[in-house]
Amino acid sequence: MRNAFADEVTQLAKTDSRVMLLSGDIGNKLFDKFKAVDAKRFLNCGIAEANMMGVAAGLALNGLRPIVYTITPFTTTRCFEQIRVDVCYHEAPVIIVGTGSGLSYAELGPTHHSLEDLAILRTLPGMQVLAPCDAIEMRLALREAIKSNQPTYIRIGKKGEPAIHDPQVQFQIGQAITVREGSDVLFVAAGTLMPQVLTAAEALGAQGISVQVASFHSIKPLDEAYLRNCLSRHKLIVTIEEHGRLGGLGSAVSEYISQFASHPPLLRLGTLDEFMHEMGTQDYARTRYGLDSAGIVRQVNARLADV
Amino acid sequence: MTASPDLIQDLQLKAATLRARIIETSSRAGLPHLGSCLSSVDLLTALYFYQLKVDPSKPDDPQRDRFILSKGHGVPALFQVLAMRGYYPVSDLDHYGEDGTVFGEHPPTPSHLPGIEAATGSLGHGMPMGLGMALAARVNNLPYSVYAVLGDGECNEGSIWECALLAGGQKVNNFCVLIDFNKWQATDRSEDVMALNPLADKWRAFGWDTLEIDGNNMAAVVGALEEFPSKSGKPLAIIAHTIKGKGVSFMEDDNNWHYRIPNADEVALSKKELGITA
Repeated sequence: MRNAFADEVTQLAKTDSRVMLLSGDIGNKLFDKFKAVDAKRFLNCGIAEANMMGVAAGLALNGLRPIVYTITPFTTTRCFEQIRVDVCYHEAPVIIVGTGSGLSYAELGPTHHSLEDLAILRTLPGMQVLAPCDAIEMRLALREAIKSNQPTYIRIGKKGEPAIHDPQVQFQIGQAITVREGSDVLFVAAGTLMPQVLTAAEALGAQGISVQVASFHSIKPLDEAYLRNCLSRHKLIVTIEEHGRLGGLGSAVSEYISQFASHPPLLRLGTLDEFMHEMGTQDYARTRYGLDSAGIVRQVNARLADV
Repeated sequence: MTASPDLIQDLQLKAATLRARIIETSSRAGLPHLGSCLSSVDLLTALYFYQLKVDPSKPDDPQRDRFILSKGHGVPALFQVLAMRGYYPVSDLDHYGEDGTVFGEHPPTPSHLPGIEAATGSLGHGMPMGLGMALAARVNNLPYSVYAVLGDGECNEGSIWECALLAGGQKVNNFCVLIDFNKWQATDRSEDVMALNPLADKWRAFGWDTLEIDGNNMAAVVGALEEFPSKSGKPLAIIAHTIKGKGVSFMEDDNNWHYRIPNADEVALSKKELGITA
């Protein structure tokens, strides 16, 4: 996804002279092609993210469309006040991209994990919060974010994520995409866990449980119509995200459906309210929090036993 | 210096009038930060009535110079300056502090008041936004400059020094900051809280050209602004030594006026000292 991001911003820069890329001193060689398009529209802002976000707001308020790129905690929680005040309060069309989101950098420890970003960013007025599941969604999310002229946060993975969608897939901010039809259980998933989610859906299907899978790439705005249509169709809704269970996609879905007198039970899958102190790969960390396909199947079966 | 003595005198009169209006409004609307406003008045006056290439009838002109009051709590002074410069009628400020108006203790966003470039108030934000605006001129091939007034207390914020490093590194020479160095922050002498001195040396070390002036001497302020842009290609920091509460003897260098609101007698006495009868 990271290489696809570099390619996509380069393509965008070729066709839109407003597109500018700000890096927090990462992506060595990654953006050489971008620089070849127009060196003055690439700016390494150094390891100084608070300033970088303010600079991005100043650029955006003066006709440019800056894309701010660094590792997720540093482009979100590190400079949250700059995002809140400089970007959102000013309605500055800045696109914030967090790379290596969730547990992508599991080995680097909690300083580099991002399991709170969706929760925190979606509280900001005017902020769009997107978590694409593959490189195709990521490319489309970037294009639509620029068109929207709104502050947008896009949380991306690291590298090597498999393609989920056909490149011709219809993408619109705020509209979920059905990846798989099903009638018993609805999986509401966001981000790069999608392969695990689909494998889990297949495994449950083999047990006779029909699972619908939707990519909720937009955590904000949330596709409320999609959820409303499913309230009476499915007997269980499961949210799945590589993010804490507090405040992210699961919370957003919970906030929405709780207004209805009757709705299916909601199972929220995500990481626990803790820092992961032990060493481990992303696969290890996902398994630890039940976010691998077997863990998803296990938790869904346990919940269905009570429905 | 190319500015005539008459011009300097005119700017001084404007500054005195602005000080009187700021004090009156502070008293009427209960606005704090009076000392911080009064120290910066000469800088704002020289900028808006001598230096800035702006046209109040075209506040969105892409070619306009940008000004950011990074020490946003000094906005009672800026609101008066913008009114005097013609962005809106001075009488609009009769409603300062009333419910539902845009005139509060910090600037609103640019879309809510013409002439405002950034909604500052959280310290350490305005200067980086200004740097972004200055860099946008470079990318868009536009000829404007960006000016920002910072407080010395504001220079406690790390983002100021992040910004100074980047502007110095990128040699953003259409960017000028003026530090309203009144030697106080909210609760103490700025030098006693953080090791600010030697302030000019710090900016120089961060890649800036620097000038040190008496920031309450109009001719000195105008003379410093005439040095911008620097021929060296670096951004320019003007370290403006000022006096908090400048212009009113019983407010000068008394940090109680960071929060105190003047009563009617104090307003009258202030205006008398300023030579403003209206």
